[in-house]
Amino acid sequence: MDFISILSIFVLACFVGYYVVWSVTPALHTPLMAVTNAISSVIVVGALIAAAAAGAPAAKWLGLGAVVLASINIFGGFAVTERMLAMYKKKDKPGTGKGGK
Amino acid sequence: MEAHAVNPWVAVAYLIAGICFILALRGLSSPATSRAGNRYGMLGMTIAVVTTLLTHAPLASDYVSVGYAHGYEWLVEFVHLDVVTAIEILAAIAVGAVIGLTTARRIAMTAMPQLVAAFHSLVGLAAVLVGLAAWLNPGAFGILDDAGQIFLPSRIEMSLGIAIGAITFSGSVIAFLKLNGNMSGAPILLPARHVINFGVLGAIILLIAAYVLSGAGGPGEGMLIVWITLLAFAVGFLLIIPIGGADMPVVVSMLNSYSGWAAAAMGFTLHNTAMIITGALVGSSGAILSYIMCKAMNRSFISVIAGGFGADAGGAGEGGAREQRPWKRGSAEDAAFLMKEAENVIIIPGYGMAVAQAQHALREMTDLLKEHGVNVKFAIHPVAGRMPGHMNVLLAEASVPYDEVFELEDINSEFAQADVAFIIGANDVVNPAAKTDKSSPIYGMPVFDVDKAKTIFFIKRSMGGQGYAGVDNDVFYMDQTMMLLADAKKMVEEINKSLTD
Repeated sequence: MDFISILSIFVLACFVGYYVVWSVTPALHTPLMAVTNAISSVIVVGALIAAAAAGAPAAKWLGLGAVVLASINIFGGFAVTERMLAMYKKKDKPGTGKGGK
Repeated sequence: MEAHAVNPWVAVAYLIAGICFILALRGLSSPATSRAGNRYGMLGMTIAVVTTLLTHAPLASDYVSVGYAHGYEWLVEFVHLDVVTAIEILAAIAVGAVIGLTTARRIAMTAMPQLVAAFHSLVGLAAVLVGLAAWLNPGAFGILDDAGQIFLPSRIEMSLGIAIGAITFSGSVIAFLKLNGNMSGAPILLPARHVINFGVLGAIILLIAAYVLSGAGGPGEGMLIVWITLLAFAVGFLLIIPIGGADMPVVVSMLNSYSGWAAAAMGFTLHNTAMIITGALVGSSGAILSYIMCKAMNRSFISVIAGGFGADAGGAGEGGAREQRPWKRGSAEDAAFLMKEAENVIIIPGYGMAVAQAQHALREMTDLLKEHGVNVKFAIHPVAGRMPGHMNVLLAEASVPYDEVFELEDINSEFAQADVAFIIGANDVVNPAAKTDKSSPIYGMPVFDVDKAKTIFFIKRSMGGQGYAGVDNDVFYMDQTMMLLADAKKMVEEINKSLTD
């Protein structure tokens, strides 16, 4: 991919992010931070590439270190988000699965 | 080797991962869809990780990859797997998983801001490590040109990723120490700090330019990268130490944004769509949250970053000269009696409630009031708690249904109909000085119109303490206000006792 295609993806994703994040209800801003934390650890992709590559031992160990750090974040971030979201309950549980508003 | 020759299916897999992350955030638009959203996030991460593991499996050094012309070569490569490295990678993931999962399970909800700050620091450090690894072994990342030099754009992206990652790391560590109480929340003001900060930032940019334009662009060449890393660590530290505890919600949101931009910069280096999309999402998310927080405090983003808020509030002159005005003291019995007879009660919780761990007792109180036919609502200010939405989580933990919890602008008009406004652990967010007193440090901040309620109960430990902003509050001295001076949890428990009698 050339630079311009990548830049296009980036700019469009910024717009998507802008509108999606404004639609997040303020009550869920803390889970939002926890989950953005978890997904920004997609940087683990770079860490895995570095850890798997042969040829440069220093780069490999840096990569393995980054894999550990990013994994803490991925597992911890998603788990703590799940834990928080499980606590949000509606009044009296009327049984109608429809939520929202 | 052609740069970034990727199998289209691999690109599609990363794109799907990116879309899953968008859906993860979209799910958070309502608590009802949020858990499905979180599952999308996990799915996206699994796709990204599995794709990377398959396409970048560690291979024995005597095997030469033939590329991915047909899409099934990974099966052939599997035979040549470098088993030791593969086990090391899986072990690294397992170690991270154990640490992450135990932390997530054990952490108290009151400590969520610290946890998030700690997680940010890890993303930042991971970005630095990946950037340095790319610098040492650019071939693995496909960013080497034929002359054995790293591509110029890749050098910019890589060094930016390292710099932003390093700032995120050291800034988040300071934020963590301040939030966790290991470090005083008071701002630490160095003389000429703006000059120092701008100087160091400028130096980083110059060094990046020097590195990009230098002839030494081979693997591990150009020690400038090391200097960029060290200076960026320093600037993250310098940027956060002058910011006071009251502004930490903004700082945590801002670092959230930085961690996203760091991931995006690494995504540019790797030409990886999942990383770029995620970085953009997280970057915008953090930026929007910082904006919301600043607006809720009526502070400009620049003034928060410049720091120093709360440093001079203690000695602002009014401290000693504060006039003694008459105020009324109420008792738990008064509160119980008046709320039992009331029709509408609005509860305004603040961080003091969380500190006193009063949320469970408070939920019991609302249950008892509901038995008496009272209509109870919770009102939450955007800056209540230590991070955006923190108070909502704390109430959810105490099993308060989320449809009884309202945001500032949704409930503010209802105070005129409210019989009782019950303030517990909040202070600045109900201070009318924000509307009337132009000289007040919190002037312009949106606040609850509690003064319109018929009766106000204000739980406070003593009359001495003040809010974060260190300003006196007229609500204490209003005719309809009764001060309940005690520990929040004890007071609510006493009210509960009188309600059951």
